[in-house]
Amino acid sequence: MQNNSVEKKVLIEGSLLITESMARAGADSFIGYPITPANLLYLYGSRRMPLMLPAPDEITTLQWMSGLAATGRIPVTATSFPGFALMVESINMAFMMELPMVIVLVQRLGPATGTATCGSQGDISLLRGMISGGHQLPVLCTSSFEDCWSLPARAVSLAAELRTPVVLLTSKEEVMTQKSFDMSLLEEITPVKLKSYEGEETYRPYMVKEGELSPPFLPVANGKWQVRLNASTHDTNGILQHSNEEAMANTRRLDAKAREKLKDYTYYQLDEQEGARTIVVSYGITALAARDVVYSMREKGKKVSLLVVKTILPVPAVYADIMANYHKVIVAEENINAQLVDLIYGVQRPENVVPVGSIGKMITPGEILKEEDCL
Amino acid sequence: MNGILKTTALPYCKGCGHDLIAKKSAAALEKLQFTPLDVVVVTDIGCHGIIDKCLNTHTVHGLHGRSVALGAGITFGLDNPEKKVLVFIGDGGSTIGLQHIMEAARLNLNMTVVVHNNMLYGMTGGQTSGLTPQGFCTTTSADGNPFSGYDICELTSTAGASYSARIMGVGDITPSLAEAFAVKGFSLVEIMEICPSYGVKLNPRRKLSEIVESSGRKIGVWRNEKKSFIMQQGKKKNDLLASVEEVKNDFPATLEKDISLVISGSAGEGVQSAATLLARAAMRSGCHVTQKGSYPVTVGVGFSTAEVNLSPAPINFHGIDVPDVAVVTSGDGLTHSKKRIEGMKKGVLFIDESLDTPETGAEVVRHDFRSVGARSASLYALLFFANHTGLIDYEAIFRTIQESGLKEKVPVEKLREKLLQ
Ligand SMILES: Cc1ncc(C[n+]2csc(CCOP(=O)(O)OP(=O)(O)O)c2C)c(N)n1
Ligand code: SF4
Repeated sequence: MQNNSVEKKVLIEGSLLITESMARAGADSFIGYPITPANLLYLYGSRRMPLMLPAPDEITTLQWMSGLAATGRIPVTATSFPGFALMVESINMAFMMELPMVIVLVQRLGPATGTATCGSQGDISLLRGMISGGHQLPVLCTSSFEDCWSLPARAVSLAAELRTPVVLLTSKEEVMTQKSFDMSLLEEITPVKLKSYEGEETYRPYMVKEGELSPPFLPVANGKWQVRLNASTHDTNGILQHSNEEAMANTRRLDAKAREKLKDYTYYQLDEQEGARTIVVSYGITALAARDVVYSMREKGKKVSLLVVKTILPVPAVYADIMANYHKVIVAEENINAQLVDLIYGVQRPENVVPVGSIGKMITPGEILKEEDCL
Repeated sequence: MNGILKTTALPYCKGCGHDLIAKKSAAALEKLQFTPLDVVVVTDIGCHGIIDKCLNTHTVHGLHGRSVALGAGITFGLDNPEKKVLVFIGDGGSTIGLQHIMEAARLNLNMTVVVHNNMLYGMTGGQTSGLTPQGFCTTTSADGNPFSGYDICELTSTAGASYSARIMGVGDITPSLAEAFAVKGFSLVEIMEICPSYGVKLNPRRKLSEIVESSGRKIGVWRNEKKSFIMQQGKKKNDLLASVEEVKNDFPATLEKDISLVISGSAGEGVQSAATLLARAAMRSGCHVTQKGSYPVTVGVGFSTAEVNLSPAPINFHGIDVPDVAVVTSGDGLTHSKKRIEGMKKGVLFIDESLDTPETGAEVVRHDFRSVGARSASLYALLFFANHTGLIDYEAIFRTIQESGLKEKVPVEKLREKLLQ
């Protein structure tokens, strides 16, 4: 039904696209706890997902999701920092147990409760460090309405394929703003299936085939093979171990999983202009302003390139490679501590990399780039 | 066929009550003719939780205190009364995860929770828990716990559990456990025991039965006649896109450049819906639009502001710092938007006649917007803006009202008459 060329204009929020995209990709349960600015996702989730459960708090949310995932479902939720903070230990659990799920994190202004109705991009440092041991979850970030359709489905399929929680990052201004949109532009979404165990030898829940990084799945309570899921350090049978070699190899595999598959889910928009010596780099809500200013500079005859990053974590090395080709690199994000720059360069930030930040309001196109910045 | 337990050599300290619970739980499951693969044992973090490797059932070992919620998720997912979800938790886990126990009891989920109440945190060294009785000595309350402990059975029973029971962890407890495991709905068994490594040592000369009795905890069963939770399956959920109304492009294009508009009024006066009508009407004339609202957390009082961008070209950035057009229909709206209006160096301000005009560089148009009634003031103001500037065909707004089913709620004829006066 999609992909027809007949224009179909509608006025909708990004939340609606995100929810429908995840459902079509195979997400089948929405567990909700209310929090601004994620409430629209909860509302749409309740209307769309075959199973919707209202959790009494966000720890329960993640635990229920994990239980559902253990039976073969693909659950999703949506929250903002205060709720996400409560989920962190349980997300570690789901990561360790290798349970697929998607958590939509709608950023708002912090710290703490901060301002519920003010957007922000302040959470990627947290996402980078949230798994004890420094391991990483895939984090994809929407930067347009088109992304609100394509990335949620990819987050679901990535979660199923890698058997891991995936964070879909967005922010208040993206999910709560209504926008005119041509639905005929939406690409088809194919539902995912969990790769299940079909072998005849005794199932070992954390045993992977040579050359693979994620074990095949079997639901708990299946009548054929015993399933053991474990959030404590464990061997390939899922049995608790202190730190023996097999268990450490398992933990190393968890560390490698997201990174080694990264090339399959490195998403970014690179719009390079011949002869440009300046590049604007951005993501999420600020990418909208970045696009505007780049296009308007070009109209004025200035040369400037644009990089919008959509795969935030693990950080693809290609971003630094692209940025290294420019004399001036402007990185715009709605925080005041250059979190993306920090992720890419750590303490070795090159002098030609200039962060542009803001809190309490969206960064405007004019704040990102001046004519004299286009070298 | 395999039994529930793989071995009888369990990994607890000598004399630990957890040993009896594990063995008798296995016996109870077997008595009820559950095969190992019919059963999912969810274990908490604590001494009782290291049982996994000794079981032939499915095993799920999660976080401290969260096992009941994890088991609840599995119960939702299985939705199968033939399968048994059994949660093993300690008094420590029951303290940190009390909410999860209460929730599962309230929903009366089809699962059983076995509380290993040895009255202290065993694994971490014998500290006081929320279920430790008053006067009981622990490593962190050497003179006896000054607080009284929760009565977990009373709590789950009050929350709505089908079955709650407290038993002494001595002798053959298989029948009691089997009774609990057979319940359809939520059942909880609290088993009173004493940890030889800390409890016995710190409370010499005290007997378990005396401790339980003096704490006022009754041995017994609490029942509620209540149906187990059953999932409402099979309800077909609709494609969200199918229900979204298409906006046809059926008016000639009128807009040649971008316009940012901010309309501010009072909650309950239709500010947001008026802005949506304007946005849809603009789309009918081929415009690209964005619209968002801002209002206080208490949505029913105070100001209500909507921001609308209209453009002949696709819109990326949709923030509005200083708008091209400001529309103010009430005092609440003026207070909220005053700063922005003062920042306008050009553009137009449409403001209700009853309000003072702030200092502004915008052209000012004063009009009696509220004369059509408070609930229609915002809509009227936007119709007025359309007619006054010609940027949007006001007929497109009327047509949108007509087609959106708002015709009954909006005094269309009155608005038209006023507008054309
Ligand atoms: C969130 C969190 N806080 C604290 C701990 C540390 N911890 C591990 S076991 C335990 C206590 C276990 O006591 P109990 O639940 O009574 O079980 P027992 O050891 O007595 O069988 C605690 C507090 C933890 N694992 N996780
Ligand atoms: S420390 Fe206490 S609770 Fe833990 S195994 Fe030993 S006796 Fe049992």
